[in-house]
Amino acid sequence: MATLEAATVTAADEPTALRGSLRRLVRLKWGMAAAALLLAIVASAVFAPSIAPHDPLAVNIRQRLAPPVWMDGGTPRHLLGTDQIGRDLLARVIYGGRVSLVIGVSAMLLSATIGVLLGLTAGYFGRRVDWVITMVVNVLLTFPFVLLALAVIAVLGSSLTNMIIVLGVAGWPIYARVIRAETLAIREREFVVAGRALGMSHARLIFRQILPNLVSPIVVIATLQVAQVIVLESFLSFLGLGIQPPTPAWGNMLGEGRVYMLNSWWIAAFPGLAIFTTTFAINLMGNALRDWLDPHMKL
Amino acid sequence: MRSYVVQQLVQLVVVVIGISILAFVILHVLGDPVLLLLPQNAGKEEFERYRKLLGLDQPLLVQYWKFASQAVQGDFGKSWYADTPAFSLVLERMPATIYLTLAGLVVALLIALPLGILAALKRHSFVDTLCTAIAVAGQAMPLFWFGIMLIIIFAVWLRALPASGYGTWQHFVMPAFCLGAALAPITMRLVRSGVIEVLSMEYITTARAKGVGERTVVIKHAFRNACIPIITILGLQFGQLLGGAIITETVFAWPGVATLTVESIRNQDFPVVQCAVVLLALLIVTANVIVDLVVGFIDPRIRVSA
Repeated sequence: MATLEAATVTAADEPTALRGSLRRLVRLKWGMAAAALLLAIVASAVFAPSIAPHDPLAVNIRQRLAPPVWMDGGTPRHLLGTDQIGRDLLARVIYGGRVSLVIGVSAMLLSATIGVLLGLTAGYFGRRVDWVITMVVNVLLTFPFVLLALAVIAVLGSSLTNMIIVLGVAGWPIYARVIRAETLAIREREFVVAGRALGMSHARLIFRQILPNLVSPIVVIATLQVAQVIVLESFLSFLGLGIQPPTPAWGNMLGEGRVYMLNSWWIAAFPGLAIFTTTFAINLMGNALRDWLDPHMKL
Repeated sequence: MRSYVVQQLVQLVVVVIGISILAFVILHVLGDPVLLLLPQNAGKEEFERYRKLLGLDQPLLVQYWKFASQAVQGDFGKSWYADTPAFSLVLERMPATIYLTLAGLVVALLIALPLGILAALKRHSFVDTLCTAIAVAGQAMPLFWFGIMLIIIFAVWLRALPASGYGTWQHFVMPAFCLGAALAPITMRLVRSGVIEVLSMEYITTARAKGVGERTVVIKHAFRNACIPIITILGLQFGQLLGGAIITETVFAWPGVATLTVESIRNQDFPVVQCAVVLLALLIVTANVIVDLVVGFIDPRIRVSA
């Protein structure tokens, strides 16, 4: 009877398992495509000086507000057209990626470091430390992060370093929450208990026994966070509180383009498209990464 | 039930205190108000005199206590720019923000509920895949860029709707849709996974076995129970919703608290910024507590386990 049951279960499971792995493969394919797209964006930002058709700061008043090449009045000299003082939009969009990616990755590293350390501390030591950290996380998570970033930038003043610090410091709670929960569970597993019985120090237990088990969630959160930071940075720059012109950043280009949208929609449209493509690629890759590393991860 | 309410209220107080400390620290520890108030060429004695005048020479704890005890009474000081109390300036703008937030929430639900349920019922079908794809794309869409594209299409090209402003229902259409569309993807995914989870429950099988119509099973048995996690997570999203409202306001020049805050930041008008931050926090926390209470009311299991 038992064997019969087992047989029917496997028979019923087989097609779904197969379909599941097929689905995962398909999603992984999307993830690969997204990763390739992202690689192209990163490469174009890194090699901007040799790729960009023009100097992103070169002003050409006679060619100002030129539409993209496929519209009436567009020239092949400026594929995506020019802005209000005749700077080449394609060159500016390519260079703009540098700011976004540098801020996105640096802020992510900062948040991940703070969040992982605090999450490990809270989960491992528990008690009062845990209570305090959890409380701070809850306060920060309920509050719209945009407003906090606005207020801090307003006081500190906007510069590349300040943006990284603000966006990095404000992004850690999500790491802390997830890592704390995972640590709580792992702390009770046999290999940690055994390590403790062997007399390992707290630091060794935390960093050599527990942390290596948390790499998957950290990688997934970090990937998705880069996209969030890029959107936030561009919003702050869009408001004029972030990266200051004339330095090309997707956000401040959008902000400048807004004034001209009545007649020249392309100035605002292309930098926005760049933000969208980048965050879309990162999110797709993050989702695929999650499916690949651990399909049961709840993020 | 009573201890549950008390617990929620305690949490409310703790979070508001936390936010007020944050608002205080931002202005008094990170920045120096006197540096912002006085012209740059003012003398050293002038700075000292002003510091004493504003009580900035006292210990931080004393200063915080003064700030907090006045804030509790609705006194956040006068705006440095407009010479009216910061509190009334912010309060005046509050309704517009609340209306926008609620309108956005309604739009998000109108999009997310039907699509989420449909995707859950036709799991792994073409419709489901399409909905998920749109949701992933929607989540990557920067809200402010989407707003600008809406303005270009509907206000500039089609001339169908006003590009900015406040007053008539036409003014509501684009901002509410913009905000709703931003919240819809995550809501849709939550509805989908909620309904899928509930549909696998035994009582659904029981209902079907009893011969209850599929329509009734979905609406009465599955959706009602799926509502609980949806409401809970929507409540937690309220901060994000308000964050989205802040962005939407600045794009459509909506006369709410957010545009006031951004203006005040440009004018370095810190009492107003501080007041706005604290009041918005209060709004979010109150909304969260209401959601918790509602969920506790709907589902007795929650208030017992808490």
